[in-house]
Amino acid sequence: MKLGFLVDLNLCMGCKGCEVACKVENEVPLGSWRLRVKYIDIGVFPEASRNFTPLRCNHCESAPCERICPVSALHYLENGIVNIDSARCIGCAGCMMACPYGAIYMDPESNTADKCTYCAHRIESGMMPACVVICPVEANIFGDVEDDTSNISLYIMEHQGSGVQVRKPEKHTDPKHYYVGGGTQTLDPLAQQRLEGYNLFNKITHLEHVGDPHHGVLDRFLAPFAGHAEYDNKSFMDSEKSDDDSYEQEGGH
Amino acid sequence: MIEHGINATHAVVTLDVPLPGIIWGWMITLNMWAKSIGTGVVFVAAFLWYRHNKDEMPNMRWTMPLISFIALNVFLLFTLVDLHQPYRMINIFLHPHWTSAITVGAWMASLFTGLIMVMMLIGGFDAFPDFRKNCGVAKTVRGISPFYEKIFPFVVFLAIPVTMYTAIIMAESSARELWQAPTEVMQMMWAALMAGSAAMIFVSDKWSKEARRDLALILAIATFFSFIMYMGEYFFSFKSSEAEATLAYVHSGGAYNTEFWFGMALGFIAPFFLAVSNMKSDNKTLLRFAAILALVGLYMAKDVWLKIPQMLPLS
Ligand code: SF4
Ligand code: SF4
Ligand code: SF4
Repeated sequence: MKLGFLVDLNLCMGCKGCEVACKVENEVPLGSWRLRVKYIDIGVFPEASRNFTPLRCNHCESAPCERICPVSALHYLENGIVNIDSARCIGCAGCMMACPYGAIYMDPESNTADKCTYCAHRIESGMMPACVVICPVEANIFGDVEDDTSNISLYIMEHQGSGVQVRKPEKHTDPKHYYVGGGTQTLDPLAQQRLEGYNLFNKITHLEHVGDPHHGVLDRFLAPFAGHAEYDNKSFMDSEKSDDDSYEQEGGH
Repeated sequence: MIEHGINATHAVVTLDVPLPGIIWGWMITLNMWAKSIGTGVVFVAAFLWYRHNKDEMPNMRWTMPLISFIALNVFLLFTLVDLHQPYRMINIFLHPHWTSAITVGAWMASLFTGLIMVMMLIGGFDAFPDFRKNCGVAKTVRGISPFYEKIFPFVVFLAIPVTMYTAIIMAESSARELWQAPTEVMQMMWAALMAGSAAMIFVSDKWSKEARRDLALILAIATFFSFIMYMGEYFFSFKSSEAEATLAYVHSGGAYNTEFWFGMALGFIAPFFLAVSNMKSDNKTLLRFAAILALVGLYMAKDVWLKIPQMLPLS
């Protein structure tokens, strides 16, 4: 069994329902995302179009994140899911250097790496991932890509001609996450421009912190004794507001 | 107007979440820099002991492992402090994952530091025979004095993978194509020789002129080849679209451009000429100055190379 995802970008209408469902289901903290829907505008008015691309972990068959993890916190499940054991993670961020898709984040509450798990906990109890269930246009298709009769396999076969794509095939990660209706402009981040001033969210193109913003060097050692009792999400809002013009925070090109 | 600013065939991201900024920052730079010193002094000592009589570098038997031990501890400390869960570092030893260069490196570096500590103790107690003359531990350590020379070849051998494993971590970092260059392996080696010779210069006051000239020679060769490799990578690393995008951005005068060139001029070109001139006429002050420049420049070069590919949006 090899579980996979397919997103039909022709159907996706950018409602961000999946993004919200994922956040709620997995209690993803503010400032972190397992799944995001990116808006990309292509062309010049009046020949312009807005495209929506949901992005999550690809559950690569040859996963660089799994290879670099020094403690096997990232590991393969038998059904093909690349899962993560936060209790074992040492927070070295090696996986964040290895995942070519930027799918991993440092959870600011647990200070361990985290990412989409294809909702492994729901799969275990026979349910579909939260983002699949919520999608009003059924743009997310999930199933066993090794089973020729599964929905996803049939969908792939049906759309073979019009193009079933994966992101960055040149990385040889063998992603188990496919797109129908995508193209270079929507799937390749280097073909897109991130212009300050043309973003709906100005001045926060880059996060100012990795993990907990109030987790200094000393806190890392004191954390097990201090706990997170005082902690609330308000602190993230505050940190995002602070105006720092350094390129490290607002960079990217 | 926007249509003039953006190529019409290009796409513009109009709504997205903030991307992570620099994830591996100055602590990792410091970690790599300190490791270069820690292993570099071992290579330099091996070369000098091979070329010269031991009496020409009388203090090297204890200063070399001492410098190495301090540098390795800085390296290990910042490896630990950079972890978001530092206490779980133990998991690398309890649940090792051998495909990870981080795991292999941590094991090798720990063994290496242990051996260097033994050498430091032996070298130190032998160099100061009156220090703690009657102490049991000192006596035991002095008793195993020949062990120093026995383990040294193994330590030199081990220093090679300990120097190079960082390049393997970088090669495993599939998201940072700039680091995935075969030249990184050699770059680590040159950095070690550069940092090692620079560090040893500070304890070479009482050495013979010939030994000091060899130190200057190593510094000159290491800065020269390291500089050439950086230039090669900087101008010709157009092997992949992501590495190209990273470099194109720095070439165009973006952030880190100044730090890079400052590091190159200060840490590679200047020390090269200073070291070469020192091979002709022995000037301890100038050589020390070259060593400081090389160490500062190496830090800057490593810092830029570590940070620039992290600024690329990955998705
Ligand atoms: S997309 Fe990234 S995080 Fe997911 S399996 Fe592949 S390499 Fe790992
Ligand atoms: S941050 Fe955690 S999951 Fe990622 S490589 Fe390090 S130990 Fe593994
Ligand atoms: S499968 Fe689950 S974890 Fe992954 S994006 Fe969907 S809801 Fe989030």
